[in-house]
Amino acid sequence: MAESARTLGDDPSLDASDEAVVQARDGGGMRSSRYVGGVLACVLAAMWLAGWYSGTSAQEMLSLTAWGVMLGGILALGGIGLTLCYGVLKFPNFAHGEFLTLGAYVTYGVVLAMPQSEPIWLFSFGWELILGLLLAAVVTAVVAIALDRLLYRPLRRHMSPLVLLAMASLGMEFLLRGIVYLIWGSDFHFYYSGRSNPALYLPLGLRLQADQLFVFALALVLVVALYWMLTHTRIGKAMRATADNPDLAQVRGINTEQVIAWTWSIGAGLAAIGGVMYGLASQLRPDMGFVLLLPLFAAVIMGGIGSAWGALVGSIIIGVAMQLTSAFLNPAYGPAVAFVLMVLVLLMRPQGLFAQR
Amino acid sequence: MEPSLVLKACFLLVPAVLLGCLLFSRWRWLARLPLAIVLGLVLAFGVAAWVPGIMDYLVSFCIMATIYSILSLGLNAQWGYNGHLNFGIAGFFAVGAFTMALFVTAPPSGAMAAYAQQWFGLEAPFLLGLVAAGVLAGVAGYLVAQPILHLREDFLAIATLGIAEIIRLIFQNERWLANGPQPLSGIPQPLSCVLERPACAWLPDPAIEVLSVLHQRDYGYLYLAIVTIALAVVYLVLETMVRSPWGRALRAVRDEEISAAMNGKPVKSLRVQSFVLGAVVIGVAGGLYAPYMVTIDYSHFKPLFATFLVWVMLMLGGSGNNKGAILGAFAIWAVWSGTGYVTEALQSALQDVAPDVASRMSFLRWAFVGLLLAAIVLFRPQGILPEKKRVSRFLKDVPENDS
Repeated sequence: MAESARTLGDDPSLDASDEAVVQARDGGGMRSSRYVGGVLACVLAAMWLAGWYSGTSAQEMLSLTAWGVMLGGILALGGIGLTLCYGVLKFPNFAHGEFLTLGAYVTYGVVLAMPQSEPIWLFSFGWELILGLLLAAVVTAVVAIALDRLLYRPLRRHMSPLVLLAMASLGMEFLLRGIVYLIWGSDFHFYYSGRSNPALYLPLGLRLQADQLFVFALALVLVVALYWMLTHTRIGKAMRATADNPDLAQVRGINTEQVIAWTWSIGAGLAAIGGVMYGLASQLRPDMGFVLLLPLFAAVIMGGIGSAWGALVGSIIIGVAMQLTSAFLNPAYGPAVAFVLMVLVLLMRPQGLFAQR
Repeated sequence: MEPSLVLKACFLLVPAVLLGCLLFSRWRWLARLPLAIVLGLVLAFGVAAWVPGIMDYLVSFCIMATIYSILSLGLNAQWGYNGHLNFGIAGFFAVGAFTMALFVTAPPSGAMAAYAQQWFGLEAPFLLGLVAAGVLAGVAGYLVAQPILHLREDFLAIATLGIAEIIRLIFQNERWLANGPQPLSGIPQPLSCVLERPACAWLPDPAIEVLSVLHQRDYGYLYLAIVTIALAVVYLVLETMVRSPWGRALRAVRDEEISAAMNGKPVKSLRVQSFVLGAVVIGVAGGLYAPYMVTIDYSHFKPLFATFLVWVMLMLGGSGNNKGAILGAFAIWAVWSGTGYVTEALQSALQDVAPDVASRMSFLRWAFVGLLLAAIVLFRPQGILPEKKRVSRFLKDVPENDS
């Protein structure tokens, strides 16, 4: 059975035979989405209570929750690109975190090169950051397509197994990070060092910076736009069809190479914007993409690979959990929290919350 | 030749003869051993006679390359023979190294206790530490394998990447465990008393007399002998296991899992076994690394050095081939060390022109190994020495016609 499936639909993908292999290894652990969602809600509630017991006031916990949602927005921008690539190209792109880093640093370069304009409204940034953001999205998308043409497409042509593609992407992770280090050095940077960024006083004792609100609003707008694109435009539908079954999509006249190029550019562009948002919310570090990689994967797997909504929901859960636990745990363990949640979901429902199947 | 050079050459004999045994593995032992000894004598004394200046560098190079060879062999047991995508070598390596350190050091006392903290210090002998390093890394491997290994193969890559980061974060942040962000220092080196004055009590007087020409800084020669013997043992054990029916079952599970299950192979259990075996070997490599470094901290276990380089080594050498794993380790470590000179030269050349750019030149190596791995995956995924499909010694005479 495995043999026949491999000769028929032999792309480096998780096709029916692999699904069968996984099923054969372990048929258990298939809980419903609702069950998993309930468990995750309980875990988050327990984290809230643990933080509260450890002496953090309820208002501060509320602020932490809000920050967690903001962080979730940033993660979602990276995670959606990752889940799209994972769904369409069928391999985990370990270089995706570097798209965030690259985007953040290209924007930094633009901000440095441009004359500084006055801050817009209550935000800490001016128009040059918006310009840099757009430019970074384009540059990162071009880099992603170039990598695909030079490396991933030949590998697809060679019918390389999934693991080789994953390994090649790990190589690209180090290549891109090395380039970022070479151009910008290993120091930490801020977009506007020295510019004050006071928190706003919102009702319910919430304290948020205007930047954080901007970050979340932009993330939400982009996610909704992407969802609309996936469901209503021709290329979006083609993308979903290719993710579902590349051979069938090709048979029906969909140019899968074009779809893949679109997937890369959308994924990398969103990741670049996410990287800028992360740089705005904290700071720019050459290893930021690698640090975010684990939460990104956790969000993607939690939501279900290939599902944009899943990535959004997963990102917000991961973001909130990472912020809530910082009330009673060293914040450095954020990736560990994301990892534990991911393993929890894998134990109960390996296909994720919003799996198509 | 000076007496100290002769003695150093004698120490070099051990790795040289073992290399000979590896190279002449086509012949039977009766022919192989004399050949290996001749080659070893030529190599060891040749180096001592012709290029005594590079000997010290050669030794330190070979020690690191040997430790990387063991890492690469451990990864081969997981990836080469059973297809596990372990991107968390650094984690198991760190577990092994820190276990070794905690087992063999003494707990800090007196004034040191204010600066250094560690969970325990047993002052155990080296071999016990090595066993503990392997066992604990194996336990860590088992704990990772249990929830993840039966899922899709790419999930294991993500999970191991994560577990390695978490292990590093724990060693970085938990001061009580192994001195946290500060280095854990003073790891005793095995048999180091041989070169000390006064020497160990158990050493006979003539031996002390002979060894007195060497200094304590020449300890590397002795340690090279120790790590190469460890490498030889690991190689023999792995090779025997892989050539056994158990090893063939592993490869069957890797290639055709459903068929293997249909033939009654315990697929899930075999997969866990190979993963844990690899983790144990990686832990042993960690246990050898800690005494060599004397001082270790969390920064030694970053993914570039401890995970990524090992992958490049194994992929270049040939996954599924233990000899290839060793060859790849030496080749890539040579390339890595060589590029170190290139970047240093670039750095000093650029120092006057653009000092801040010069300081970043060391990161060229990151980009370079990234490209190297991509090139290997693209152009020669089977490596320099491809896997041998037929490993049973009973089928030696049958020609191997499949690639």
